[in-house]
Amino acid sequence: MDSAMFWIPAIAKVALVAIVLLQVVPVMIWVERRGSALMQNRLGPNRVGPLGLLQSAVDAIKMIFKEDFVPAHVMPFYFLLAPVAAVIPAFMSFAVIPFASQIELNGQIIQFQIADLNVGLLYILSITSIGVYAIIMAGWASNNKYALLGSLRSSSQMISYELSMGLSLIGIVMVFSSVKLGDIARAQGETLIQLGSLSLPKWGIFVQPVGFLIFLTSTYAETNRLPFDLPEGESEIVAGYHLEYGAMKFALFMLAEYINMTTASAMCATLYFGGWQLLPGMSWILGQLPLDGMASEWARVAFEAASFTIKVGFFLWLFVWVRWTLPRFRYDQLMDLGWKFMLPLSILNIFVTAFMIYRGVI
Amino acid sequence: MEISPVFFYLFAGMAIAFSLVTVLKKNPAASAFSLVMVFFAFAGIYALLDAHLIATLQILVYAGAIMVLFIFVIMLLSADVPSFDLGRSHVTLRGAAAGLGLVLLAVLVWVFKNSTPAAGSGLFTVDRVVAAGGNTQVISELMFSQYLWPFELTSVLLLTAIIGAVAIAKRRPAHAAQAATKGVRS
Repeated sequence: MDSAMFWIPAIAKVALVAIVLLQVVPVMIWVERRGSALMQNRLGPNRVGPLGLLQSAVDAIKMIFKEDFVPAHVMPFYFLLAPVAAVIPAFMSFAVIPFASQIELNGQIIQFQIADLNVGLLYILSITSIGVYAIIMAGWASNNKYALLGSLRSSSQMISYELSMGLSLIGIVMVFSSVKLGDIARAQGETLIQLGSLSLPKWGIFVQPVGFLIFLTSTYAETNRLPFDLPEGESEIVAGYHLEYGAMKFALFMLAEYINMTTASAMCATLYFGGWQLLPGMSWILGQLPLDGMASEWARVAFEAASFTIKVGFFLWLFVWVRWTLPRFRYDQLMDLGWKFMLPLSILNIFVTAFMIYRGVI
Repeated sequence: MEISPVFFYLFAGMAIAFSLVTVLKKNPAASAFSLVMVFFAFAGIYALLDAHLIATLQILVYAGAIMVLFIFVIMLLSADVPSFDLGRSHVTLRGAAAGLGLVLLAVLVWVFKNSTPAAGSGLFTVDRVVAAGGNTQVISELMFSQYLWPFELTSVLLLTAIIGAVAIAKRRPAHAAQAATKGVRS
């Protein structure tokens, strides 16, 4: 293979994903602050820039110029390593998610996905499972009882919900008989039920509704977002594992949280909502455009990417929506829900899925 | 597919460096964190050998589950007591450890020098595995057809171990139970 033809698209895709992920964070922080204000009947940040859009940029500048303080009682090396260990897995896990289908360029097919590994789903599970180290490391290196308690709570929560998350994904793997995310997204373009002129696509949500609910709930616990934001608790453990962190080190933890949210939303969209498959109506608009040849191919890719972005955007909004709507759980309720309800339910889901595949229903 | 030597030496060097850190550090938690990095380096080498499934499972099982448990135990039992510190230098102990280490190294070198490598990778060459749908598919097909019985027996064995662990953890020593009831009464 010509090495230039391999390296140029690969580097371009990596750069695109990394830059877009970094841009999602300030936008999401703005959406979160304005969205919470909307729900609580107040204004939120609206002074810096139009509609307060530049607030996140100003906050980032403030974080960068703040004093980079390291308390005297911490273990400096691991204390500084923890935020880095939070950010790296967050960026890594997006690598296998397809954001559009493919295009043929100079006789070479380019997949819009950084790496179509044949272990796709397992790769995401394994990378998210190492995100726990950052939290353990931060709590332990801070040498502070509140931080250690927060990190223990947070990591046991993540480990507990990893189980039901993994088991809920088995249903998807059984239905589409592949663990490659590219194959799963492509298979969701098939028709499930044809009702006259209306056709219901074989999206994950229609064949795995219970699995989707379990997966969605588990991702909220995995990303430590409300209603499962137990790592923090002002009245019990103060700010949890990032108690001793300030300035850019704290900002890196926030960055990792928002990128994890984006990856989780992209997973929801890819596995259960057809990934880059066009939304209803978009294929009609695409057919109306007066384009041909390469231009129409690129228009198709742009529409697919837009469709994927809309779906991911919806799930990101859902994160904000849920955060400002539901009250938070108590710790024992969280553990009961995870181990006594979600885990048995996800095992039951596997059995029901197996039975339905055996009977040829899906 | 040929292993790129740059990446091989990168991961192999990482594995050796972090193994040394694991052994030499006196703080057990620091040793555990470096052991995680050793697992990562191994996963990198497996991925270079086109064994993506093994690489992922290495991270998922060893780095993601077993080492987390280790670190939990270390942090809960002895937060920062250097429990592996043997106190004063034991010259005979160190000499014996170094000698045994050298013997092991010599044996390994001798084995690698004198054994002939297996001719090719047998039935499962990289090209044939890719043609059959990739590692995950090939392994799962074998696991659920030819090796179904060993697979199921292993699962039962693991389940027995889990139930045994729960039973042992549930049982409270007699004096602890007494102390607990006394505490309630007084």
